Amino acid sequence: MIMPLHSEFDSIEALSQALAARRVSARELARSALDAAESRADLNVFLHKDDALTLAQADAADRLLAQGLGTRLTGVPLAHKDVFATQGWRTTAASKMLAQYTSPFDATVVERLRQAGAVSLGKLNCDEFAMGSGSRNSAFGPVHNPWDPDVIPGGSSGGSASAVAAGLVMAATGTDTGGSVRQPAALCGVSGIKPTYGTVSRFGMVAFGSSLDQAGPIARHARDLLELVDTMSGFDPRDATSLEACDGVANAPGRIRSGFDTARGQYEQGGSQPLQGLRIGVPAEYFADGLAADVSRAVEAALKTFESLGARRVDISLPRTELAIPAYYVIAPAEASSNLARYDGVRYGHRAQNYGDLIEMTSRSRAEGFGPEVQRRIMVGTYVLSHGYYDAYYLQAQRVRRMIVDDFQAAFDGRCDVIMGPVTPTVAWPMDSNQESPTADWLADIYTLGVSLAGLPAMSIPCGFSDGKRPLPIGLQVIGNYFKEGQLLAVADCFQQETDWHQRKPGQQ
Amino acid sequence: MEWEIVIGLETHTQLTTASKIFSDSSTRFGAAPNTQANEIDMALPGSLPVMNRTAVERAIQFGLAVGATIAPRSIFARKNYFYPDLPKNYQITQYEIPVVQGGNIRFFVGEQEHTVNLTRAHLEEDAGKSLHEHFTGPHGESSTGIDLNRTGIPLLEIVSEPEMHSAAEAVAYARALHGLVTWLGICDGNMQEGSFRMDANVSVRPKGQREFGTRSETKNLNSFRFLERAIQYEVRRQIELIEDGGKVVQETRLYDSDLDETRSMRSKEDAHDYRYFPDPDLPPLVIAGDWVERVKAAMPELPAHKRARFEQELGLTGYDAAQLTVDRDTSDYFEQTAAALPRGQAKLAANWVLGELSAHLNRHEIDIAQSPVKPQALAALIGRIIDGTISNKMARDVFAALCEGEHGGDPDAVIEARGLRQISDTGAISTMIDEVLAANAATVDEYRAGKQKAFNSLVGQVMKAAKGKANPQQVNELLKQKLG
Repeated sequence: MIMPLHSEFDSIEALSQALAARRVSARELARSALDAAESRADLNVFLHKDDALTLAQADAADRLLAQGLGTRLTGVPLAHKDVFATQGWRTTAASKMLAQYTSPFDATVVERLRQAGAVSLGKLNCDEFAMGSGSRNSAFGPVHNPWDPDVIPGGSSGGSASAVAAGLVMAATGTDTGGSVRQPAALCGVSGIKPTYGTVSRFGMVAFGSSLDQAGPIARHARDLLELVDTMSGFDPRDATSLEACDGVANAPGRIRSGFDTARGQYEQGGSQPLQGLRIGVPAEYFADGLAADVSRAVEAALKTFESLGARRVDISLPRTELAIPAYYVIAPAEASSNLARYDGVRYGHRAQNYGDLIEMTSRSRAEGFGPEVQRRIMVGTYVLSHGYYDAYYLQAQRVRRMIVDDFQAAFDGRCDVIMGPVTPTVAWPMDSNQESPTADWLADIYTLGVSLAGLPAMSIPCGFSDGKRPLPIGLQVIGNYFKEGQLLAVADCFQQETDWHQRKPGQQ
Repeated sequence: MEWEIVIGLETHTQLTTASKIFSDSSTRFGAAPNTQANEIDMALPGSLPVMNRTAVERAIQFGLAVGATIAPRSIFARKNYFYPDLPKNYQITQYEIPVVQGGNIRFFVGEQEHTVNLTRAHLEEDAGKSLHEHFTGPHGESSTGIDLNRTGIPLLEIVSEPEMHSAAEAVAYARALHGLVTWLGICDGNMQEGSFRMDANVSVRPKGQREFGTRSETKNLNSFRFLERAIQYEVRRQIELIEDGGKVVQETRLYDSDLDETRSMRSKEDAHDYRYFPDPDLPPLVIAGDWVERVKAAMPELPAHKRARFEQELGLTGYDAAQLTVDRDTSDYFEQTAAALPRGQAKLAANWVLGELSAHLNRHEIDIAQSPVKPQALAALIGRIIDGTISNKMARDVFAALCEGEHGGDPDAVIEARGLRQISDTGAISTMIDEVLAANAATVDEYRAGKQKAFNSLVGQVMKAAKGKANPQQVNELLKQKLG
């Protein structure tokens, strides 16, 4: 593999300083990153690359830097999950349905990062329409995990996590509907954050489950995540579910950074016990049957580390944890069945070659254009919204969702400040597993779905490795109350000052 | 058997907003196909709807005008069905909780006042248009085109209770509703362009039966005449069907104006399962009290209020007041006319507007706003009746001349030119009477002998001498004096 130039820098901050000092140019970084990406075609992370587009962005970044107008992201090479609309690069959502589609506009997230001067290397592979937990449901082939090509990288943002873990980009954007940022970050040994629902604009994100979809970055560590998520977030008048304010603070870049700085300042005063007073809620339900021993051990060890930093462990209960699975797999498909109705072969996207009438044109186009998992969810969603089933499924799921929200609030109301637990029940599973039982993967989402249903912010940070010949990464989930992204990142940063799991790289163990 | 007809109307009114309900595309009518459709209207991946606040304000205005409840929190839902001119393949509409709830419409059928209650009025987006006729594909083959300019045009669907019992009543209701929405300026009322379209739910039941009969829904009626004909046809069809031992089936029908009949479009069995659910892209529509107050403060005087004022302040009858407030142009015309007249003469103005003027306008199918006789001219003409310059009869002739545009619409110029000025000069009339009395001694004798008819004959002679222009009242009085 060709090592990209940016791999010499431990953080975006360090890279940014080098760029500002003109010790390295955005163009050099982009060129080497493009070459490195080419050399790791085996991972199948990039769906669309365009050297000319990337280099043009790099040149623009260099011009800004030369004028002293750069931000901390100017010239930093990253890439976008292929569910973000981009002008220039195709936007396919890893689906045959959109194989040839190019968007006439940029997603707000893409626009904000571009305006900050970040340089995009292209679009990253993922599960088709972000539906899946293994990045196997891509019309363009599966993504491979850099720790072991025979296991999944997680999903749906598997291309993003894999690209960061392989060092191909400093950071990548992802989206999280039921764990799609946190789970691949965990399985690839990198860090990811899903901010509070409504803080990052969904405009330009190919919709899956609109009430759940939230964009979030994946990077090596909390400090790099801060650089991205703070820039990505902010009120957007083009998204009616985007928030103007978060607990009285304007939803704008700077909000999360200020939360981080406040918490960081507080921790720095604590000396060897920076997290003195921090109450960590540990839900019993997250450690019940089904959690693999090595994952449990790594998470427990991480909790010990937090205790050694002064935090206090508090046992809590999230009694509706298991119910999150059926609730999520009713609500998300229901919304998806409607969101994906627009792909009908009429205006854009795949259209069948042979058809008799209009109905046949639409049904054949959809049957040919959508992969099996997408079709499965569309059918489930259509069913649960149907006359006579709506109350029993959709409304019931919404009631459960409400209860899950209440459970989290009960925990945050006086019991604890953050909640910690595993991200996944096991480490990354083999690429060829669960093929005969397509819903088996759904059960593995148990620890991430509740957070999504509640709209809370949550992170995944590396906390260890599995046993065996080919150790695989394990993630720790850190869940905060609404709008506490800054605090979460500071807590994670504290841990990452103390541990080096996030610095481990595949092939260098 | 005697039958009772039950009619409920659903009316789609296109709201007057510059941009669409969920996007900033223009709503201008008549643009080249697909030139007013952006990424939201075309349902491109990643596009999201954003509520147009003006459309909400239009709905609030309507709700206030019909005395409805403005829901403090209403919900947008998705109505899911596949159709090529519906780009998202779902329509955003209000389902369970609409923005306007209740209210009523008052109107006259003949001289009889009616009130029809409204169930609700809700905001929704229009679909695009499929162009089936005269459309050829890229290879010259006959094909179907799709124009998305209409996609996302804001609609307020106004649903009445099933409380109307004749086609005439339904038409009167629809006219009153049309008058109201155009009065408020929330809809341009242009029926040819589809700005105001009606669906008629019609059923029949034996007189006295409590349960409703099975209804049919005739869709997309875009004129009052079609509404009337479609209802009449449906009523006839349903009664004949039942009397022949058949059963009415619940179905959607279309009215064919060429054949003057309705035809089945789809039955209940084929009805879509729309799978309504709250649209997760749009938060609940929250309308705070102060927003309603701001909208209220900016509203024009409502027809109901104006009508009451015409009755109380101007002494008009309820019927006249209702006729004069049927739409804003009529009431504006009347008020401008009345304002130019001395106090207490509003009744005369009402008679002219509802009588001579509306007869002329109806005859020539002219809107009152385009009346050839402007309010100032009509007031000047009425003023000449009041001051005795011309008689009522003469005024009608002058009015006819004004309608033809004679003398630049100036009534005085017409009166002058036609020599219609009434002789009100006592001296002149007196001289004429003296001459008539001298020439008709025999008649004078008859009168004095007690023959009342002789007096009328003498008046006739005087008027003849005056070529009809003498003030009749003065002639009467002077003649009586002289014969004394």
